[in-house]
Amino acid sequence: MADDFAIDVKGMTKRFDKRTVVNNIDLQVRPGEIYGFLGPNGSGKTTFIRMLCGLLRADAGSGTCLGYDVIKESALIKTQVGYMTQRFSFYEDLSVTENLDFVARMYGMKDRAQAVQKSIEQLGLSRSEKQLAGELSGGWKQRMALAACLIHQPKLLLLDEPTAGVDPKARRDFWEQIQLLAAKGLTFLVTTHYMDEAERCHRLAYISYGDLLIHGTVAEVIAHAGLTTWSVHGPDLIQLAEKLRQKPGVEQAVIFGSKLHVSGADSAALEQAIAPFRAGPQQWEKVPSGLEEVFIHLMEKSTAQDSS
Amino acid sequence: MNWLPQFSLERFKGIILKEFIQMRRDRLTFAMMLGIPLLQLILFGYAINVNPRHLPVDVILADKGPLGRSILYAFKNTSYFDFIRQLNSDEEGREALNQGDVTFVISIPPNFSRDLVRGDKPVILVEADATDPVATGYALSSLSGLLTSALQNDLKGPLAYLNGASGPFDLQVHPLYNPEINTQYNIVPGLMGVILTMTMIMITGLAITRERERGTMENLLSMPTRPLEVLVGKITPYIFVGYVQLSLILIMAHFLFGVPILGSIVLLYAAAFVFIVANLALGIMFSTIAENQLQAMQMSFFVFLPSILLSGYLFPFRGMPLWAQAVGEVLPLTHFLRIARGILLKGNGISEIAPEIWPIALFAVVALTIGITRYRQTLD
Ligand SMILES: Nc1ncnc2c1ncn2[C@@H]1O[C@H](COP(=O)(O)OP(=O)(O)OP(=O)(O)O)[C@@H](O)[C@H]1O
Ligand SMILES: [Mg+2]
Repeated sequence: MADDFAIDVKGMTKRFDKRTVVNNIDLQVRPGEIYGFLGPNGSGKTTFIRMLCGLLRADAGSGTCLGYDVIKESALIKTQVGYMTQRFSFYEDLSVTENLDFVARMYGMKDRAQAVQKSIEQLGLSRSEKQLAGELSGGWKQRMALAACLIHQPKLLLLDEPTAGVDPKARRDFWEQIQLLAAKGLTFLVTTHYMDEAERCHRLAYISYGDLLIHGTVAEVIAHAGLTTWSVHGPDLIQLAEKLRQKPGVEQAVIFGSKLHVSGADSAALEQAIAPFRAGPQQWEKVPSGLEEVFIHLMEKSTAQDSS
Repeated sequence: MNWLPQFSLERFKGIILKEFIQMRRDRLTFAMMLGIPLLQLILFGYAINVNPRHLPVDVILADKGPLGRSILYAFKNTSYFDFIRQLNSDEEGREALNQGDVTFVISIPPNFSRDLVRGDKPVILVEADATDPVATGYALSSLSGLLTSALQNDLKGPLAYLNGASGPFDLQVHPLYNPEINTQYNIVPGLMGVILTMTMIMITGLAITRERERGTMENLLSMPTRPLEVLVGKITPYIFVGYVQLSLILIMAHFLFGVPILGSIVLLYAAAFVFIVANLALGIMFSTIAENQLQAMQMSFFVFLPSILLSGYLFPFRGMPLWAQAVGEVLPLTHFLRIARGILLKGNGISEIAPEIWPIALFAVVALTIGITRYRQTLD
């Protein structure tokens, strides 16, 4: 049933000069969901999103986006999608208001002036509405871009790294805004490199060099990775980490403030590796793995596969 | 292709408005659009010397005797004159000149042979289309030698005395349209066309490539815009710019160079619309083909050269080899030059310039159609 999902695509593939950049990806996103799209640089996130809104022609794949055929009906999809590009792509020589007004016209909005005014207020842009977009700071550019994507009241938002370069307070506001809109039934597909943002998503997909490796809720993704993590507390953590990294079975040994996190996929091998150190002055404790450990684990696994 | 039914006036207006704002903010380009015409007009206000041969001529031969024909052979032997048709009346002659079909009409009066032999010194009338004085100047100056030499072989024995010092007949040269043979008259209206060609093609040539290079294309394409809205929307503001340039040149031409305005200004402005649109359409077509702004510029220059060389702007059109004339006929500038010179210098009306309008219009339609089909709605 097409209506059950905001996005429901199968086998999406994109090649640039024979190099497969998006490889046979299936994705289903429910209405009202905030779906996180993660993966290392150059893994094909932007390319995938561009295919969804008809900016790139897919080499293979089928499915629907908001009930429209994702290959044939991209003109219709565009009317109901807001796409926030990774790189700022509004007119730098137009003011904030002029840019928003332009966007409103492109979508043929009826009460244009009102819509522009409303979105300026909503995103706290009132102070800089007369400023040229090119003169805004990075974070304010992002806010303006989000305002512009929302102005035509789309049903689906494709946000490509919307919070890159945005300060923590603005980032929190931004996410509150997103969550509010999702509660009203808007669907979001968001790419991000921030773990705290990933944790705010209802569901996640992790894509690496074109392949979708894993998807599900945060808990599901963590469970699926099958990673074991130990948290170490105490003195001389730097030297300890250095020694642990040499051991087989230890994939990561990373210091977070006053704690050292040691993880590995093979829990038996990991336990064997840390056994000699457990008698030391530090306290050891088994903890649930975090998203960051899981993603770094996935990244290293796929680069190892790539190079083999 | 299903772009036509979805054409939205609102989006079209939005794009026009956006282009206007951007144009206003881009001071340098704006200054160039006004500065180029002024500078060029002053620089190019000079004549360029050339010596065209084989100019088309119609003949009115009313003389039944043999000498009229001999004279015509003499004309032909100068290699400046090529005979096209034989006409029957002065009206037909005027008509041919007015249409620009021929550069000269030569009339040999009735009883020319008889009068000549009698020693009455009959007069041959040479009417010249002097709107392009460079084209006609050399041909006309070759005529002076003709007076005494033309009939040397015909007038022998007792008639030889007729070849005397002042020649057996008279030539009356009658330059039409530009009686003072002022080259600026011809160059300046031409410059109007050249400047419009250069600036219009260049400005829109950058239109799409600039969006691509600045990254704004990604945004524009993610919105439900249609190719026709974008392309025509980007062209429209520059029609006004074209008219500003046109007016500027006209004012300077009239008040600085004293170029006469014999025909209707309104007609000139109406014809200029088609010409401006054709150049803008060509520019936007380049813009959809070029990968970047540099390529778009190179394509523009690829058109400037033939436009300037083959349109009849620098070299008289009739003096060019046939293949060059064929290329010239395709170019909008060629036709606009005839229109501008026709209206300003000859006082041509709509019926005379109509045949020059449709080739420009056709050119515009073709260029825009190619542009629309080439406009990529995706980023790959
Ligand atoms: N137009 C293009 N032509 C050729 N290759 C391209 C093109 N666009 C993207 N690529 C390649 O496709 C791959 C995926 O790029 P993409 O931008 O989708 O990655 P991403 O996941 O968005 O990365 P990031 O996190 O850095 O934004 C990269 O290797 C990139 O070089
Ligand atoms: Mg990206």
